[in-house]
Amino acid sequence: MSTSRRWLVTASPHLGSPESTQRIMWSVIGSIVPICVAGIYFFGPSALLVLLAAVLGALVTERVFGKRGTLGDGSAVITGLLLGLTLPAGIPLWMAFVGSAFGIGFGKVIFGGLGQNPFNPALLGRAFLQAAFPAALTTWPTNTGADGTVFSHFRLDRLGEWAALRGDNFALPFMRPEVVDTTTSATPLGIAKFQGLEEVQKSGIEMSDLLLGSTGGCIGETAGVLILLCGGYLVLRNHMNWRIPVSIFVAVALLSGVFQLVDADKFSGPLTMLFSGGLMLGAVFMATDMVTSPVTHKGCWIFGIGIGALVVVIRYWGGLSEGVQYAILLMNAMVPFINRVTQPRVFGTRVQKVRVTA
Amino acid sequence: MFGTLKMHLGRFRHGVHPPEHKALTSHLPVRRLPFPDEIVLPVRQHAGKPARPIVKPGDRVERGDMVAAADGWVSVPIHASAAGTVTDVGLWPHQDGSYETAVRIAVDPNSAQAPRARLIPAWEGLAPKAIVEAVRHGGVVGLGGAAFPTHVKLSPPEDKPLDAIVINGCECEPYLTTDHRMMVDYPDRVHHGIRIMMRVLGVDRVLVGIEKNKPDAIERMRETAPKDLDVEILPLRVRYPQGAEKMLVEAVLAREVPSGGLPMDVGVIVQNVGSVASIAEIFETGLPLIERVVTVTGRGVKKPANLIVPVGTKIRDLLEACGGLTDDAREVVSGGPMMGAAIANFDAPVMKGTTGIVVLRDVDCEERTQMPCIRCGHCLDACPVFLNPQVLGKFAMNSRYDEMADDHHVWDCMLCGCCSYVCPSHIPLSQLFAASRTALRKSKATA
Ligand code: SF4
Ligand code: SF4
Repeated sequence: MSTSRRWLVTASPHLGSPESTQRIMWSVIGSIVPICVAGIYFFGPSALLVLLAAVLGALVTERVFGKRGTLGDGSAVITGLLLGLTLPAGIPLWMAFVGSAFGIGFGKVIFGGLGQNPFNPALLGRAFLQAAFPAALTTWPTNTGADGTVFSHFRLDRLGEWAALRGDNFALPFMRPEVVDTTTSATPLGIAKFQGLEEVQKSGIEMSDLLLGSTGGCIGETAGVLILLCGGYLVLRNHMNWRIPVSIFVAVALLSGVFQLVDADKFSGPLTMLFSGGLMLGAVFMATDMVTSPVTHKGCWIFGIGIGALVVVIRYWGGLSEGVQYAILLMNAMVPFINRVTQPRVFGTRVQKVRVTA
Repeated sequence: MFGTLKMHLGRFRHGVHPPEHKALTSHLPVRRLPFPDEIVLPVRQHAGKPARPIVKPGDRVERGDMVAAADGWVSVPIHASAAGTVTDVGLWPHQDGSYETAVRIAVDPNSAQAPRARLIPAWEGLAPKAIVEAVRHGGVVGLGGAAFPTHVKLSPPEDKPLDAIVINGCECEPYLTTDHRMMVDYPDRVHHGIRIMMRVLGVDRVLVGIEKNKPDAIERMRETAPKDLDVEILPLRVRYPQGAEKMLVEAVLAREVPSGGLPMDVGVIVQNVGSVASIAEIFETGLPLIERVVTVTGRGVKKPANLIVPVGTKIRDLLEACGGLTDDAREVVSGGPMMGAAIANFDAPVMKGTTGIVVLRDVDCEERTQMPCIRCGHCLDACPVFLNPQVLGKFAMNSRYDEMADDHHVWDCMLCGCCSYVCPSHIPLSQLFAASRTALRKSKATA
């Protein structure tokens, strides 16, 4: 045994779990990819372009303004993809780029980078875009992949329809986007909000459309069941706190259920509420962002219930058809407070009486 | 919310389950190591005050002779673990990296290593106080790592009535199989020790907690359990740090030891199986605590083994007796890998509290890059004391030690390492807490 060897002398523990932050981030990315693929299937190459532009915006900003060597942690890619998924496929690419650059720059880098930001950067980027370009963000192209005929029958004529751009993706910054000849369709929530519930029935949107994603909407918001599956995978790998989406679902379902009982003509019911708009994507992938959600389990329940309640309130009574992003951002702001009031009770501080029978 | 509904025995909450790595040695019966050429006995190898040396260079000692006397009540004497000549009483490398007064004995190669003629006391005829006295003179300490003097534990104050003894056979640290083999190879001795403890403490209920990954130990302990006593063998789910006293009491009795308190505050004393056996040994062989079982293991050592080792054997000699180290051995840890200390100088000797030596290879201790905290909350889920390591870590990195103590219970931290183990950002949380407490102690001392 040679003593000239250099021995490692570190403090305990000398073992570590194989988990790492990079691995968590990349497995989140892996679970978002199927949703992106679905988005491309539904909305054509435009969806792919928008996603790429958003990711590029995030990466460039992170590289230029962030700390060195943080690209590999994958968190900027997540922000880019998530933002891209919440945009309509027809949006000009430069807007997607600017949105995620804003999200990373003002949502994350100025707070000190990974782990320091109070708000979900993707949602912040989207809120910015919504404020700056409201029209572009609410122009919903029609979902062409939906009926499957394009692919299953491989009809070249329909394929062209699928492959067509869904809007003026290549519009230059601040040029008034030309009115491109594209079919748009309203989202179920938009119809319910601005035209009334009967119109939803008349428009022929079925529950199965909502579950499977064959409705109008943002790139990644429509395929509710797929989002649930991808989230389930993350839960199994312990990369997601299931309490957050579950509490959001429960709160939304209970509240909207009650209101539906009160007035079924005015308020949409639980299933529609759960599977329409950005709720699935928001609940499963945005609200669960580890950095911007509470660290305690009790806190996660409170956080989720808060989001669920806010979503219902905003959707029913707010000026917008969609409330998920603001609900999450508002609750993000509450997280430090929630963490503080939900500190676990330290072992051995229970007031207890032990009867010793000696 | 559910914490108060403790219908479910056999578990404490939180903790982690690292890979066990016990198969390296769990099947190997304990065997005896030949005496080394030299024995080094540090005077500080138990909790409490160090012992005072009573020999000088040139003195001849026999196996079992006292070489250092206890200094006060919370202290124990130290005995020669081999016959030979005292060569030095001076500073010698200690496992913790410092130098400490130690008695060095050149082992007599011609000695039969037979102890002096002695009286073997029969405890059945002794008063509890006299039994405790015999244990005290035998230098017995807890063998689970902390090395707390056993006679102190056996003398609870009058105002703390006890109604149960919990025997710790969890051995929740990965790699170690010391207690495991003790229960498989010497179950009668463990039960003998339990009988003595019951007599001393006047307690008639004993629970032996053994993790389920040691089915042979559970079986052997059940087979050999005395029929006339209330000794219950409880298989426990495998979970680190179940061997921590407070967690074990929670798991087997659903009693929460108060913060800053001891198990006796809830009517329990906890003793490790090895320590129980060494109580019995005093009355079986008449010899003090001069040897113990040590697991030498890890994939960095060529022939892992469970060995009976004379206390004072240098780690260097111990490793050589196990075939030496592999070429990719990188770190040598005394104790388990979760809480054990890395050894810098292999001249440091095995002490009464040394449970095992684990040799890790390059691949076992790859350097991990630290990332910013992503507030995943995994550390809160792991902490068995229900602290918030995330916040504590943030404060520690900003040197806000007073807040850690005043608002975030840093003194309740057991330094078990669960938080560091799970942190995906590889933040050395428990290490930071240990350093923060050192800083707090210092500032208190100078204040
Ligand atoms: S486990 Fe690490 S990254 Fe996660 S909250 Fe705790 S300190 Fe932060
Ligand atoms: S080292 Fe301290 S803070 Fe970390 S898990 Fe153990 S008791 Fe909790």
